[in-house]
Amino acid sequence: MTRAVGRNVVRKDGAAKAAGTALYVDDLTRPGMLHARTVRSAIPCGAITSLRLAFDTAGFTIVSARDVPGRNVVPLITDDQPCLADGRVAHAAEPILLLAHEDRERLLQARVEIGYRPEEPVFDAGRSGRVFKHVAIAKGDIEAGLAEADLVIEGEYRTGHQEHLYIEPNGMLAIPEGGGVTVVGSLQCPYYVHRALTVLLGLPDDKVRVVQAETGGGFGGKEEYPSMIAGHACLLALKSGRPVKLVYDRVEDMLATTKRHPSVVRHRTGVTRDGRITAMDIDVLMDGGAYCTLSPVVLSRGCLHATGPYRCDHVRVDGRVVMTNTPPNGAFRGFGAPQTLFAVEAHMDRIAGELGMDPLRLREMNALRPGDTTATGQVLGLDTAALEVLRAAAARSGYRRKRRAYRGTNRGIGLSLFFHGAGFTGSGEVKLQSRASLELTPSGVRVLVASTDIGQGQRTVHAQIVADTLGIPYDAVEVAVADTARVPDSGPTVASRTTMVVGGLLRQCAAEMKQRLGRLTPAAYLRAHGPLTVTRQYEPPPGLVWDDDTYQGSAYGSFGWACDVIEVERDPVTEEIRPTRVTTAQDIGRAIFPLGVRGQIEGGTAQGLGYALTEEVILREGAMANAQLTNYIVPTTLDTPPIDVVLVEKPYRHGPFGAKGVGEMPFDGVAPAVVNAIRSLGIDVREVPATPERVMAAPRLRESGFGIRDSSVTLRRRQLTVARRPGARRR
Amino acid sequence: MSGILRPITFVLNGKRTSLRVHPLRRLLDVLREDCGLTGTKEGCGEGECGACTVLVDGRAVNSCLVPVAQAAGTKVVTIEGLRGRHPLQRAFAEHGGAQCGICTPGMIMAAAALGPRPRLEEVRTGLAGNICRCTGYEGIYRAIQKQEARSKKQEAKRQRPAPTPSPQSPVPAGRRKRR
Repeated sequence: MTRAVGRNVVRKDGAAKAAGTALYVDDLTRPGMLHARTVRSAIPCGAITSLRLAFDTAGFTIVSARDVPGRNVVPLITDDQPCLADGRVAHAAEPILLLAHEDRERLLQARVEIGYRPEEPVFDAGRSGRVFKHVAIAKGDIEAGLAEADLVIEGEYRTGHQEHLYIEPNGMLAIPEGGGVTVVGSLQCPYYVHRALTVLLGLPDDKVRVVQAETGGGFGGKEEYPSMIAGHACLLALKSGRPVKLVYDRVEDMLATTKRHPSVVRHRTGVTRDGRITAMDIDVLMDGGAYCTLSPVVLSRGCLHATGPYRCDHVRVDGRVVMTNTPPNGAFRGFGAPQTLFAVEAHMDRIAGELGMDPLRLREMNALRPGDTTATGQVLGLDTAALEVLRAAAARSGYRRKRRAYRGTNRGIGLSLFFHGAGFTGSGEVKLQSRASLELTPSGVRVLVASTDIGQGQRTVHAQIVADTLGIPYDAVEVAVADTARVPDSGPTVASRTTMVVGGLLRQCAAEMKQRLGRLTPAAYLRAHGPLTVTRQYEPPPGLVWDDDTYQGSAYGSFGWACDVIEVERDPVTEEIRPTRVTTAQDIGRAIFPLGVRGQIEGGTAQGLGYALTEEVILREGAMANAQLTNYIVPTTLDTPPIDVVLVEKPYRHGPFGAKGVGEMPFDGVAPAVVNAIRSLGIDVREVPATPERVMAAPRLRESGFGIRDSSVTLRRRQLTVARRPGARRR
Repeated sequence: MSGILRPITFVLNGKRTSLRVHPLRRLLDVLREDCGLTGTKEGCGEGECGACTVLVDGRAVNSCLVPVAQAAGTKVVTIEGLRGRHPLQRAFAEHGGAQCGICTPGMIMAAAALGPRPRLEEVRTGLAGNICRCTGYEGIYRAIQKQEARSKKQEAKRQRPAPTPSPQSPVPAGRRKRR
């Protein structure tokens, strides 16, 4: 029986958010609290030669790298990023000095003069001499696959930086207490911050406590960078002995914090004349920025999604993420997949054009089916829904009819087919050893997890899963604040894993608790036996094997599948492309909280439209030149078209109630569908954002038959002899 | 902001409020810091995102762009002034209008300025100054369209002044909720 799962319950945090009573970090104060400020580098690369405090320092707390009691790093994959620059800087806006004062006016007026000996910066990823990570995936024999082809099509596709633009800027409040420190702040991953602080401050685990404040959006932007900010706030708090609040303003948040990795992806694809893909040779280059952060994992996910959701016997993917002297790029919804899926999906429409084939038909022919193997040799399960979502989106949107009807007008329509692996890549979930707990309360149970609700509905979804497993009302399930002093480490709130993985652990906890309770009510059990807490640790589903060295095996427990159909209108004078309608069909397994799922899909789609069309990060001397909302343009109500969502539910047998992940996938396919819609207008754009300037500069295509052909860039192996009739379909 | 303080009086959430403040301080800061009303949020500080939207004499304004002197003699309503009972508040909570919630107070104030039954096109235009990064706006439209018709009783309640903390003894930010 499911009474809460699959229903639109009232979200746990809805009333407080609508009433304005939910407390975000900037809403918190403490007696004697100081405000803090970060002094940052003005150059992209070089040595710091002098530092002068050109203000009256009375009442100020000042912290530099010398004040770090532990190790001066933000620990993550490699510990290369200092928490405070020590002698040299590697990117603009790198933190050098911290100031705190109780009067914000005096704090802002304080002038610090820093002398530098600049060095030659590297801004072009293509010329970087330092590789953070190299990934190679091989399947079959790429040369044999290319030899089998009638046609080999090459192309290069580029994506830019993107700013997360959560509406709540980053912030932390650090409170020295009990011989240690407590931080309350805007964050996704309490235990990432916890570990970073123990390393930085040289404190034992139990002297550091991390508590999530209500968090005003994250999208990956509050995955790793909060460790830095918490470190800064704690250094000041411990030195001053007073609570310290460090909240970024919008400009600082945009200048200093992480962005989506820019990418250049090159494809060389062999196809037969009837449209079968015989070989995919893919080269991926990502710009990691000045420090490693999470770049190796972003690259890994990018490479694992680089082939798109297509069957192909001969694959080679070669990826690199490199260093440049720009602020480090990091986690952002999709985590590498949007970049590579953009490339492959734009490339698919070019292939269709070359073959004179309907892009929908080309995808139908090549889409992965249950039982097929991916590039890493993963055999796909029965929950593989590529064809279902493709057909559902095409039918719902009237794709074929509109594609014909829009020809010769300023309206275009394009589609993209995509997938997204839920949970950590490969063996990541095993290494995390995530734990989740349930605790009995007099009126029901309390969920104890380190997963954070950053707007996606974690509290609600976890409560639904627990309520139905235990057979108790949804309202009888409380969800504890993510506080490292109270909750176990359930891993980070990232990678579309919160429902599928942590929710799965909670389902196990609830099942065990149900058994322990027997026929007793929670209150009766507590009277008879005392407190009860049940904890479960992650174990991989049977058969899930992955090799990190060879990139062979099951990269993910399950994939979600989706298809976007996007309609656009081109302004013939300004070359502005306006999206007019989005139809999207998405399989995310069982939808636990359908309203929340819809919200994720609609919101991810809107964010993707910004990525596709307007959101351009302009760097000058390695610093963001448009670090404000006035000229970094995110979609408003007037820029966001109606988004029609079709849910296709193919349950994943190891997910709680059949759920997969949903957080990231909705973002992945938007940019290529937009660019393919522009392509249907005869404009050859291969880079996002597709700003009016890029659309104006893009080559025009000559039409030929059903598809639209390039005038360039194809390498013919054999003469292609296929009739191209409008609307022709080939079997 | 130190310097010359001036007495400023306005009606805040139905209650006459007098403060001694620098006239050029942002209305947003005065509401959050001096009046303890932290429901009004700062998202950008440049009048682009609308998270700080409040009503001044019934019109939605960005309180980050309004010097408090301009509020003198006006009626200011913040999210707290709706006391959690406005039909929009319930609708936002129940129909996916709020995700991370940081834009929600401003969004609700901007929507409240549109009256009880706005058409979708009016909503799209009326909320064009409020950015939401979570919902793609669809959930917000659904919430606004599903707000229950305001009953006469609710309307009458809304006319009554909402309790606000005494401005003479400013409550620190974040404390108010616990009272």
